[in-house]
Amino acid sequence: MGEFKVHRVRFFDYMPSGIRALAYNRDTERMAVARIDGSVEVFHSSDRFFQEKIIPGREQCGIEGLSWVGQRLFSAGLNGGITEYDLTNQKVKYTVDAYGGPIWTITGNQQGTHLAVGCEDGTVKLFEVNEDKIQFERNLDRQKSRIISLSWHPSGSKIAAGMMDMIQIFNVETGHSVHRMLADRGVGTSRSKECVVWSVVYLSDGTIISGDSVGMVKLWDDQTGTLIKSHNVTKCDVLALSISQNEDSLVAGTSEGTVVQFQFVSVVLGKDDKEWVRTRTFKNHTHDIRAVAEITTAVVSGGMDAQLVVRPLLDKIEVRSAASALRKIHFPHRKLVSCARKSGLMLFQYSGHLELWRLGESEGKATPGSSLFVKRNPEKLLHLKVKGEDHIGCSAVSPCGEWIVYSTASSLRLYRLHFDNNNVSITKISKLPKVLSSANQLCFSSDSSYLFSASTQSSVHLVSLSQSGCKFVGTLKPKSGSHQAIHLLAASEDGKWLASANSDHEVHIYNLQTRKVHCTVPVYSSAVTAMGIHPTTNCLFIMYADQQMCEYSIEQNEYTDWSRTVQRKGLHRFWLERDTPCLNVMFNPQNPSHVILHDMYMLCIIDKSLPLPDDKTQFYNQLTLKSLPEEQRKSHSHAFKISKTFKDILFVELMSDQSLVVVERPLEDVATQLPAPIKQKKFAT
Amino acid sequence: MATLYEGYTLCGVGPVQNSSNIGILGVEQGRDIDYVLVTDSSRSITGYKVSDQKPTGSWSVKQGQIISCPAVFNTQSQEYVVVTDDRVVRVWKEDDVNLEKGFKATVSADVLRVLAVTDSEPVVLFCCGAVRFLDSLLASPQQPIEDVLTEDEIIRWSSIIKADHQLVVLFSTEQRGEHCLYVQRFNPNTLVKHRFETEPGLSAPISFSATCRGSNIHLLYLYSNGSLYESVLPFRTSSTGVGVQALSCSLCLSLPLGEEKLMSGAAVVLDEAHVAVVGFPHPSAGACKDYLCIWNTHFQTLQASKEMAGRIYSQLWCYSGKLYVPHGKMLSVIPFDCQKSSLAAAMGKQKQTSPSAGSKSNSFVTSWTCNDITQTTEIKSRMSTRNNVKSALTVDQLIEHVKTSAVEDVQAEVGEFIRRTSQADLQLAAGRVALELVSRSQKDGNFYPQCAFLQLMETRYLCYSVCPGLLSLAIVKKDFHLCQIAFQIFSDIPEAVTCAYLKTILSTPDLEMEAVNLDKDSVIFMKELTQAHSRSDEEGGQLNGFCAPALESDASDTPSNKLQRDPLSLDMSCPVGLHKGALLNEVLHTAYSDRSLLPHLKDLTVPQVIVFLQYLRFLYFKYSHDAHKQIRALRTPSISQIIDWVCLLLDSHFTVLAVAPEAKRLVFDLHKFVRSQVKLYAELGKIEGSLQVLKNSKQSEDFGMYAIQVIELF
Repeated sequence: MGEFKVHRVRFFDYMPSGIRALAYNRDTERMAVARIDGSVEVFHSSDRFFQEKIIPGREQCGIEGLSWVGQRLFSAGLNGGITEYDLTNQKVKYTVDAYGGPIWTITGNQQGTHLAVGCEDGTVKLFEVNEDKIQFERNLDRQKSRIISLSWHPSGSKIAAGMMDMIQIFNVETGHSVHRMLADRGVGTSRSKECVVWSVVYLSDGTIISGDSVGMVKLWDDQTGTLIKSHNVTKCDVLALSISQNEDSLVAGTSEGTVVQFQFVSVVLGKDDKEWVRTRTFKNHTHDIRAVAEITTAVVSGGMDAQLVVRPLLDKIEVRSAASALRKIHFPHRKLVSCARKSGLMLFQYSGHLELWRLGESEGKATPGSSLFVKRNPEKLLHLKVKGEDHIGCSAVSPCGEWIVYSTASSLRLYRLHFDNNNVSITKISKLPKVLSSANQLCFSSDSSYLFSASTQSSVHLVSLSQSGCKFVGTLKPKSGSHQAIHLLAASEDGKWLASANSDHEVHIYNLQTRKVHCTVPVYSSAVTAMGIHPTTNCLFIMYADQQMCEYSIEQNEYTDWSRTVQRKGLHRFWLERDTPCLNVMFNPQNPSHVILHDMYMLCIIDKSLPLPDDKTQFYNQLTLKSLPEEQRKSHSHAFKISKTFKDILFVELMSDQSLVVVERPLEDVATQLPAPIKQKKFAT
Repeated sequence: MATLYEGYTLCGVGPVQNSSNIGILGVEQGRDIDYVLVTDSSRSITGYKVSDQKPTGSWSVKQGQIISCPAVFNTQSQEYVVVTDDRVVRVWKEDDVNLEKGFKATVSADVLRVLAVTDSEPVVLFCCGAVRFLDSLLASPQQPIEDVLTEDEIIRWSSIIKADHQLVVLFSTEQRGEHCLYVQRFNPNTLVKHRFETEPGLSAPISFSATCRGSNIHLLYLYSNGSLYESVLPFRTSSTGVGVQALSCSLCLSLPLGEEKLMSGAAVVLDEAHVAVVGFPHPSAGACKDYLCIWNTHFQTLQASKEMAGRIYSQLWCYSGKLYVPHGKMLSVIPFDCQKSSLAAAMGKQKQTSPSAGSKSNSFVTSWTCNDITQTTEIKSRMSTRNNVKSALTVDQLIEHVKTSAVEDVQAEVGEFIRRTSQADLQLAAGRVALELVSRSQKDGNFYPQCAFLQLMETRYLCYSVCPGLLSLAIVKKDFHLCQIAFQIFSDIPEAVTCAYLKTILSTPDLEMEAVNLDKDSVIFMKELTQAHSRSDEEGGQLNGFCAPALESDASDTPSNKLQRDPLSLDMSCPVGLHKGALLNEVLHTAYSDRSLLPHLKDLTVPQVIVFLQYLRFLYFKYSHDAHKQIRALRTPSISQIIDWVCLLLDSHFTVLAVAPEAKRLVFDLHKFVRSQVKLYAELGKIEGSLQVLKNSKQSEDFGMYAIQVIELF
């Protein structure tokens, strides 16, 4: 079917940031994740854990806690402020200083009326959640040591606070401490070290569960303030606890990277006498687990090794499916690389800087499977540091390679590149139109004459680019529907159409000549993960998080026949079971029936002219085809041609010269750059 | 194996004034092998009787004076000699209470050390490198002392060695990072300077140890990187010491080193094969370096180790089977024992793989009890009559009894002794008792306490080296039961003894052998082996078909084989009796080294070789045919052991087997079978090759950070 020249790129040193906090909203089924670099992400737990929203972090942010109040998300951190996020436009809404020094923990009550934060100065501060802001209400009795962890009683009348060496129970009404429970320090040398109560959970029956730095999970009675039971979970710290909704299961994350599950079960069969019993241990992390959350059917954990692990609880799953498999999310579900297709440049987006590279050149020919001689090595042309503390949210390089644009939460910057021989110079375009203050997504038209900037209210600003500078042309707005932020943009090759996808799964197609909405693709239940407009037929190809795909003819304003056939016949089981979303859709101009897709583990070319595989066909058939003689291949091949040559793929792009750029980030390389995990005694070492 | 025994503290080590690596000034041999003289770094000299751990005398210098070298004992004049304040030589006798009372002479140059060996005149070594005999120096103390060394050359280490009434003084010096060794010989007086020739990059040697072996001086020196070098110097030299000679050396041991560089550490030669090292990390104990280890330099193996608490200094002495180690705040005396070891024992090549060791010992207990029920009851009944007469004996008492008592009494007493003595004591005592029993048995032909030997062996504290006579005695007495147990338990049987035993087994008629009481398990194995054979014959199936076609093709050119339907069933009956087979199996298990075994194997007579080879062939065929069958026994010879022995026998008796007519058939069969096997394995080799290619093709080559590749999709 075809040979491709592939640039295998492994010099993008992308380092995912460690996970610091998790908060799950059961009503909306959204998992909020805070990372150490201050970014906050929202995953949709029932849509294959697709990363719907990313709010980029900033330097020195130091988020320590996350909490949902209704549909509103709050965070607090070591900079002493409480932040509310504007999830619609994916940015920070406001930050309120709590005036209590660094904040270690934040938690909202179940009633959704108050937020409690635990501060370095030993105070628990209550904030009232108002319609559009939060308002400081009062302090609870000030304690001598910092407040590390907090948990509301479900009734909202009491708060348990974990501190150094002790746990306090406060009456919210009076603000006074009701009970003080002392946590034992470790034995031996650790006796001199304070016991940090890293996490507390207050159950509706009055039981308080704590996890501490001695490695104990302890159960306390809030009536008497006494210890009921203690479980030694680990030799190091128990850093995080999470209770299931019906309070019959508890998970504890330790700094050894294990998650330990406790269940509230009757010890004697048929009796009502229930006890907390340690049941299962999961080991999916190599480093400290900083946050755990038990959601309906799974345990979600995250920590210093930067991966989000969704471990299904098989006893709670009725039907085993791809949606209920163990899932490890390593990389963001966004493109961190963009390519200047026509000039062989790559732009790498790091959190604090951009790197522009020129691809290498090869010489001679080689047989499939082998490497070509590299005549010219890839070259780093540019290292562009971000001004200010905000991290980069999105970036793009124009197809011609002359323009670079990036946006942070507070600013958008456009640069023009000049190449003369081997020198690269860069000029910042000043006097940008005011509307270009910040963007959720950026995209250039294929002839590099226009810049599309996705802005608030699902709108897209249109800016024309020329030698002299840039000029605001107009704004594309959807007629109606949601105002969720746009996370994907796709421009057509002929410069006539622009497609935008937002996190409410809406895909709008604009006519760039009339600057009006041309049509809207019927909303599907799953999020759009990638899309692209075919250069010749102007059909929009869309990939969804549940691995479904569709092809929508813009000109006909309907699904194409091929798309309908796919929907009717269904996709192959193996295709649907893949657990990473497709992140790019490319087309091969030389072969209009080909669509190129990739996810983290594979590269796929769909040949629309070939029959679709059914569940009886061998799906991964490349090796079989390779062994067959040429004439028999045709009868055995089907539309999905999948190459598993590449691993840990961050990005794939098809360049104008028909060569593929595959940016890999091997997980082993990421692991070697992580800080050393807790040293553990292994047998015979 | 070398052993480090439980040590004890001889004395404390005084507070160290500076951060040097010197805990005490020195430990020197006293007036007897049981006496040592400890000179501590402050102001006192103490003599100890080591076995009593008791000081016998102590002398100290006045306030303000400093002892500048370790005190020594002059065995010729029975006097102690020490130097104070660098230049004052003091000589005193044992019964002088005060040092001041002794003889005192001030010499004209700084004395580095007084060196003494037993039955020789002490030698005074000056800091400038000059050497004088003590009596000649004391005769005229103010005699001028010549400068041998240049001004900034400093003596780092010195020693004296005596052999054949000839003394040699060795000292090493350092000058601007360059290290030299001086060898001073007497009558005629010659001084030869050698330069250390080691790899560049090595710093100063941190410890030296010299011994005399044969007509050579062996000098070992240790570097802080863990390399232990050996240099050999001739005792007498003909060269007149012109210029500096290079000192050739060979690396004889590379000690494993932890991460940090070591500054203190010491090594001392124990015998030709063993070195004691202190201050280097134990290879399996991690970075903690407070270990005293005995290494075998021949085999580079760690033989014994002991943890040393506290700070380790660069000091270690060895006198008459005891190591003197200053560590922390004490000077410890650690007795040691280095036995000559066979390669097998040194390499730890045990006869049995470790996982089955536990089950092995268990099975022993059971089989022992059923074997010895009569004997033990006998002992018990006798003990009950004796108990009121005697309580538990000490080792010495027991040994006295062994020398005189009757066999039955001795057996009973040994049994009682084993039962009553603690494990730690028994470990030391078992060997002594066994030695005594053997020596009595060797003298007195009627005395042979088999039961006592068995009981001693059962303690597992015996090994061949502890009591070398035991096995030879058992072989002479044709006590096959004892021999079998010994071959199961001992891991260090020399190859000569193995061959002698083999010879005895093979020369003993089967009839006589069947009467012997043997370990049940081994006999059961033999039974199963021979039965399995007859059963498979009844089935008439050759289950491993691989050898048949190859043999058929051969059968055509050997007319004698045509009579035989299946050439392999030819000799499938066991050529030896069950018991003899069981005993031979035990020999097959024994650890050996080819080179030492071969000369002894030649002692076997032709009929013995043929029988043994027939038996090995029987086992080999058996194993190849019944490869799918597993006979459950604890000690079964492995196929590789069998093949090794076949090779050894063929090697050692090649000409005999080629010539002897009775061997022709046997060798022919063996060859044919081996050829068929080789064909099979050649086929397997091909398969392995193609599997290897498949495996390699799976591994994708690492291409670094960037590559341009071509992929093809179909």
